[in-house]
Amino acid sequence: MRRSRAETDASHIKLSRRAALLGGAQLLFMGGLAARMQYLQVDQADQFRLLAEENRINIRLIPPVRGEIFDRNGIKLAQNSPSYRIVMVREDAGNVEEVIMRLANLIDLTPEQIENALAEPKRSERFLPVTIAEDVSWDVVSAVSVNAPALPGILPEVGSTRVYPRGSDFAHVVGRVGSVSTKDLEALEDPDAVLRIPRFQIGKINVEARQEALLRGVAGTKQVEVNATGRVMRELERREGTAGADIQLTVDAKLQNYVQARLSGESAAVVIIDCEKGDILANSSAPSYDPNLFIGGILSRDYDPLLNDKYRPLVNKTVQGAYPPGSTFKMMTAMAAIEAGIIGPNETVYCPGHLEVGGRRFHCWKRAGHGWVDLENSLKQSCDVYYYDLALKVGIEKISAMSNRFGLGVRHDLALSSVNSGLTPTKEWKRENRGQGWVIGDTVNASIGQGFMLATPMQLAVMTARLATGRDVTPRLVKTVNGIEQPILGNAPLDMNENNLRKMRQSMYAVVNDRRGTAYRSRIIADGMRMAGKTGTSQVRSVVVNNADVPWEQRDHALFVGYAPYDNPRYACAVLVEHGGGGSAAAAPIARDALLQALYNGEPPLDAYPTADRDRIETQQSKLRDVQPEARVKKGKDQA
Amino acid sequence: MSYLEYTVKSVPTGLRKILYLNWPLILLLTAVAGTGFLMLYSVAGGAYSPWAEPQMKRFVLGLGLMIAVAMVPIWIWRNLAGVAFGLSVMLLIGVELFGTVGMGAQRWIDLGFMRLQPSELTKITLVMFLAAYYDWLPAKKISRPFWVLLPVLFILIPTALVLKQPDLGTAILLLAAGGGLMFLAGVHWAYFASVIAAGVALVATVFKSRGTEWQMIEDYQFRRIDTFLDPASDPLNTGYHIAQSKIALGSGGWTGRGFMQGTQSRLNFLPEKHTDFIFTTLAEEFGFIGAISLLVLYGLIIVFCVVSAIMNKDRFASLLTLGIALNFFLFFAVNMSMVMGLAPVVGVPLPLVSYGGSAMLVLMLAFGLVQSAHVHRPR
Repeated sequence: MRRSRAETDASHIKLSRRAALLGGAQLLFMGGLAARMQYLQVDQADQFRLLAEENRINIRLIPPVRGEIFDRNGIKLAQNSPSYRIVMVREDAGNVEEVIMRLANLIDLTPEQIENALAEPKRSERFLPVTIAEDVSWDVVSAVSVNAPALPGILPEVGSTRVYPRGSDFAHVVGRVGSVSTKDLEALEDPDAVLRIPRFQIGKINVEARQEALLRGVAGTKQVEVNATGRVMRELERREGTAGADIQLTVDAKLQNYVQARLSGESAAVVIIDCEKGDILANSSAPSYDPNLFIGGILSRDYDPLLNDKYRPLVNKTVQGAYPPGSTFKMMTAMAAIEAGIIGPNETVYCPGHLEVGGRRFHCWKRAGHGWVDLENSLKQSCDVYYYDLALKVGIEKISAMSNRFGLGVRHDLALSSVNSGLTPTKEWKRENRGQGWVIGDTVNASIGQGFMLATPMQLAVMTARLATGRDVTPRLVKTVNGIEQPILGNAPLDMNENNLRKMRQSMYAVVNDRRGTAYRSRIIADGMRMAGKTGTSQVRSVVVNNADVPWEQRDHALFVGYAPYDNPRYACAVLVEHGGGGSAAAAPIARDALLQALYNGEPPLDAYPTADRDRIETQQSKLRDVQPEARVKKGKDQA
Repeated sequence: MSYLEYTVKSVPTGLRKILYLNWPLILLLTAVAGTGFLMLYSVAGGAYSPWAEPQMKRFVLGLGLMIAVAMVPIWIWRNLAGVAFGLSVMLLIGVELFGTVGMGAQRWIDLGFMRLQPSELTKITLVMFLAAYYDWLPAKKISRPFWVLLPVLFILIPTALVLKQPDLGTAILLLAAGGGLMFLAGVHWAYFASVIAAGVALVATVFKSRGTEWQMIEDYQFRRIDTFLDPASDPLNTGYHIAQSKIALGSGGWTGRGFMQGTQSRLNFLPEKHTDFIFTTLAEEFGFIGAISLLVLYGLIIVFCVVSAIMNKDRFASLLTLGIALNFFLFFAVNMSMVMGLAPVVGVPLPLVSYGGSAMLVLMLAFGLVQSAHVHRPR
């Protein structure tokens, strides 16, 4: 059918109109799209650019290298050792099961490890490495490397672990590190981000913990570009961190090793400090434990025996243990009295074997009495009544004040954990802490280091050093940090009458070197190496019975403090043997051996000992010569 | 026979037809496709494979196809319109029965040498068929209810089949293109007004059906709509795409981050970066200037088509050109709205730019029809 031209034209005009209308609408919509583009790409560009950067850039921390710890002669006490682990990247492995079975044929894998290796990759991204075996030996690493072509996706990785080569010798000085716990994080107000790195290690106790800030260093950062699934595409920027500071301690590893070996079998503590600088040369607490066991988590089969041992190997007895100082305290009572001018060093007191105070009879350890005794004789024979008498005259306040000046009852700020401040009681202290008034008997007990009086072996060593030098020797444990010598903390004169101090030293000399002295059997006979000191036997219970007849827990603590050489004091020493019985028999020989070892910087010649002892000492020396600390440094556990 | 109304002799013949092609339009199409090659090269990380090279081959094939179609007189195409439409509806049914499942929907028929997406083809044949219908229908009858309902039926049959695949995006495009053609043909305003009113009511009903036994669309489609309305509600799953897409666009800024420097696309933060989200990569790497340039190219294609249609006195040719232009417009308008967070993610590619065989060839075929209309217009 043929349409009229008019009809065709009319419909074309109508079509053109609607076409223009629809075309206009389309252009309008495109204008809207353009406006949207402008809004997103121009108005909001900065914000979206930021979001894009956040998308792609991840900031990763580079853990800093932990500082190492050395002894005073540069022997390593704590070091970082490479540790190896075997990881697998699933996407490179291809057939995971086959590769793992091949690996299991090559190195020993436990069924558990195989199971984990097969299960874990399924949970993580294909490109993330999954640990298959940790802490493997170098042999395993070599085996894997050699067979690399047959083991696609299997890689050895190097990490770093803390190793304590001197093991049990320094557990109570260096301490140990461990993984950051939730508790550690909560304890910190603004925890360093590096602590959130999985398995990051921080110091848990002793120097490792107390010097954490120095040892840790500062983490570096690297900015990496990641894609949508988190795969690292490239590194954009790297800022290296600062390694932790190396710390040199004042301790002498050789001396510490000797002392620790000497104490074996005992529950005891020995502190040796340098009389001039206050350097702690040995800080031994026995028994000890191997801190390497704690790295990477301790097994309960290792931990339970440590926890249940009645000798408490986990406790650092040198600073954590506060004991009644017993007769080693008598120097303080005497110094308080003679410095106050109440009694002259040569004035005598009569000892009938006991003293009646406030209707109560206080005995001297020698029931028969010592007769007339002056300072030297009373100290030499450890007469108790002389000190009862002096204490009653001078009063507890002055005794406490004097002992504070000698470092007792004062917390020495050392880089060790749980440093105990001991106790030098006063009337006020008793009222506040016991709710009772001071009674005269308390003073009597305190005068011979019993009752409320408590001191740590560290404090007793400091006291001895101060007596020996007349200066306020202050213990120092950190010798250098990154090679920079740390200040000596105290060497000022104590401001006491030098004559009184000299008399005190003479008396202490007599204790060891006079035939009637309580420590005569532990004297040193080498010229210029003579020892001065004081024994102590502190009662754990009030009734005196023969020590051999009671269980270990109820026996007396044996103590000895001393220094040598007498005429030129170099080293001061304090020894405590828990429930060891008498100080002269149990503690003084240890102090002599330890001081000689320090004086000769190694094994002393036999002629430093009295003739009668030499055979026994020779046997002892040969036995202790090659004792090595327990240090189970993990290696090759997969290569049985 | 309306083609006899004009002098056939004035129409160029033989190879001379090539001189009468709408060359500016060909240049514009090539420019847009070239942009596509560039972006496909970029998203492949600076490589011709796997996307840029096949796309180029297809475009060359498409150009050949377009010119071949343009050589055939438009009245022959008009006479084939009914057959073509019938065939594509049958193919849609065929997909329903033998189709390959891809991307969670039955869309392809594997022809051996290529995968045919009948729904792509239907977009063009529907327009052809409706243009032929309105060419045939006398002007008086256009707005009579029966003659209005008939084309509505023609539109709804393929739409329903496509929706069943399910392919919401194409279904909407078919509906919109068909409706647009009816509007162009001069159907009375009132019909459109009432359909829009009914549409609003339908949307309300669809939403009410959610979670009931007679739920009308798939859960994933509901979720896409939810995400569109509030992308923040699901930032890690469905909303992730839109959020990342907007970040990519926005981070482009004025001049973009530079060719192959788009972090969002290179680091895989963008989904389907070589198909539906390719515009985001363009906008990220070439910025506002690049994005607006592409929009201008598209706009010019529409303008050239509309001008060509208005200049063409042949009703079928004019309607067909406008219908194809509308289809083309709907393609990129929906795609751009989607990636810019203005429309739900419905899975519509960017025409001539997104990677894809069927869509490219079908579009070039359609522009062949536009060229045929242009070459064989009454003079």
